[in-house]
Amino acid sequence: MQKYLLRRGLFALSTVIGVSLIVFVVLRILPGDPLVALLGVEGHSKMSPADRVIIMKDLGLSDSLPVQYVRWLRDIASGQLGKSFFRGDTVRDLILHRGPLSAEIAILALVISWLVGLPVGILSAVRPNGWADAITRFFSILFIAIPGFWLSMLLVLALLFWFGYKSPILVVHLWEDPWQNLQIIIGPAIVLGLAQGAYIARMSRSCLLEVIREDYVRTARAKGAVERAVVLRHALPNALLPVVTISGVLLGFVLGGSVAVEQAFGVPGLGRALVTAIIERDIIVVQNLVLLYALIFVVVNALVDLSYAWLDPRIRYQ
Amino acid sequence: MLSLLRQNWLSAAGGIVALLIVLVALAAPLIAPRDPLKADFRHMNKPPSTEAFFGTDQVGRDALSRVIYGARTSLFVAFSAVLLGTTLGSLWGVACGYLGGRFDALSQRVMEIFQSFPDLILAMAISMAIGTGLPAVIVAIAITRVPFGGRVIRSVALSVSAMPFVEAGRAAGASQFRVMALHVLPQCVAPYLVLATTHLGVAIVIEAALGFLGVGVPPPTPTWGNMLADAITGLVPQWWLVLFPGLAITVTVLAFNLLGDGIRDSLDPKLAPTVLRLVTGVGRGARTAGATTATPATSAHGQPGAA
Repeated sequence: MQKYLLRRGLFALSTVIGVSLIVFVVLRILPGDPLVALLGVEGHSKMSPADRVIIMKDLGLSDSLPVQYVRWLRDIASGQLGKSFFRGDTVRDLILHRGPLSAEIAILALVISWLVGLPVGILSAVRPNGWADAITRFFSILFIAIPGFWLSMLLVLALLFWFGYKSPILVVHLWEDPWQNLQIIIGPAIVLGLAQGAYIARMSRSCLLEVIREDYVRTARAKGAVERAVVLRHALPNALLPVVTISGVLLGFVLGGSVAVEQAFGVPGLGRALVTAIIERDIIVVQNLVLLYALIFVVVNALVDLSYAWLDPRIRYQ
Repeated sequence: MLSLLRQNWLSAAGGIVALLIVLVALAAPLIAPRDPLKADFRHMNKPPSTEAFFGTDQVGRDALSRVIYGARTSLFVAFSAVLLGTTLGSLWGVACGYLGGRFDALSQRVMEIFQSFPDLILAMAISMAIGTGLPAVIVAIAITRVPFGGRVIRSVALSVSAMPFVEAGRAAGASQFRVMALHVLPQCVAPYLVLATTHLGVAIVIEAALGFLGVGVPPPTPTWGNMLADAITGLVPQWWLVLFPGLAITVTVLAFNLLGDGIRDSLDPKLAPTVLRLVTGVGRGARTAGATTATPATSAHGQPGAA
């Protein structure tokens, strides 16, 4: 187990380093002169060469790329993460201020997806091709196709119409005012949770259907266990393993999807900060936030893999 | 198509709808009742009526015409991105699966790293780096498709490469390239089609999201995504400006997804059951569960997150 742990950890670490290199290269080498991005084509053409040198030095962009990369790594290690081009605050402040909202949304979405997806998946697997199964399949196909941000827009529209809903403007933390906080995060969490729930339902249905055909389940039935116990105690634990893994993959969807969903709900979370930074072409903020999103994805999937190894000894001893 | 119809009417319906949408996109100038770019300040923000079925927007442009022309841009972007990204990825995957060795190992690492980014975020960052325009958006979406194409087709190529006829080709003295192109590649075409169809749906959603976030195809060219972005610029969004473009996205994605499911189901499930399950990704094995014998463990391990 320890060897597996070490191997998986090193693997994740190398992935993160690769990710940071890609983020860095994409944002430095491709755009040509970063000042065009910053000042616009017109502003860039008006700038004198002397100004240019000063601005570049100010932003720390005049050093060679390897030096800049190492400096970035040092910034990450120190926890400051560099400064925004436009605002004085460091990226760390930005993440600490807006991150909690997005994290709450992601976690709540995950909880909702399990609470909705699992029972629905079990119900439709118990009676395959029954009416509950048909409805489930219809909705899971539908929810996989509906873009989350559009569903959010429709929800906002309906809330606006019936309840005079207003988009939150300020960040309200859980520890400041739990009720306000819940009002901000509940909408995005439901939209994202339902979409993931559709995948969880499909996955748990197909896995449960496969497990239910196994011999040991028939044995459980033969020894006289009630159907409820057969499904919940004997079949379900084995069917759950792949569903756990899928949750890690789905987190990628939640992270990506939350960017657009936050925008639709007007939630001032991290996703919105990323969109703003991209539109403003704030390279330092973008590179740190993109790295953070990828980092979360890598770490969670490493944890999922480890939990999988813990749940299923066959993997541990490979 | 006929065998598909017999097996699964839902997928056939998806295929027909997808075909209709493509036709609408191609024939947009013939079908659209008005010029999608022409503002009409006498008819601003009008709700749907017999004159404008989908209503008009803040500057009086006909929303129906914009949705129809939007199909053009959105589908063009999606098709190009898939044709570019999924195809490149698949060819890379064929090379990985056949050649194996260090090239394969390195490629796998690169693809895994690219898969660590959420699709939308990677597409946003790339399109920011190379500028927002039609080509930039296409390239950005295409790059997000490469690793998915690569990893799935690699596993197909891997199992094909182990088959006797490939060895026979090699034994007959064919070059590496010839064996790859004439023996391995043709076997990967069917899974590629399934993959490409499902990727079309994904590409349409990413394009829409990019447009919605203001980093996609820039206005005034209508796309479903930037129509949704336009819809919320007003103080009070008009419901028809939100409803119809989103409905267009949902119906199109649904149609392509159902079509993809149908193509997968009509392929011989015994050919390579695990591979076919991998192709369609998360939990798509639902309907073929009876036909395949793949255990949950194997299907889960094909997922991008599991190492």
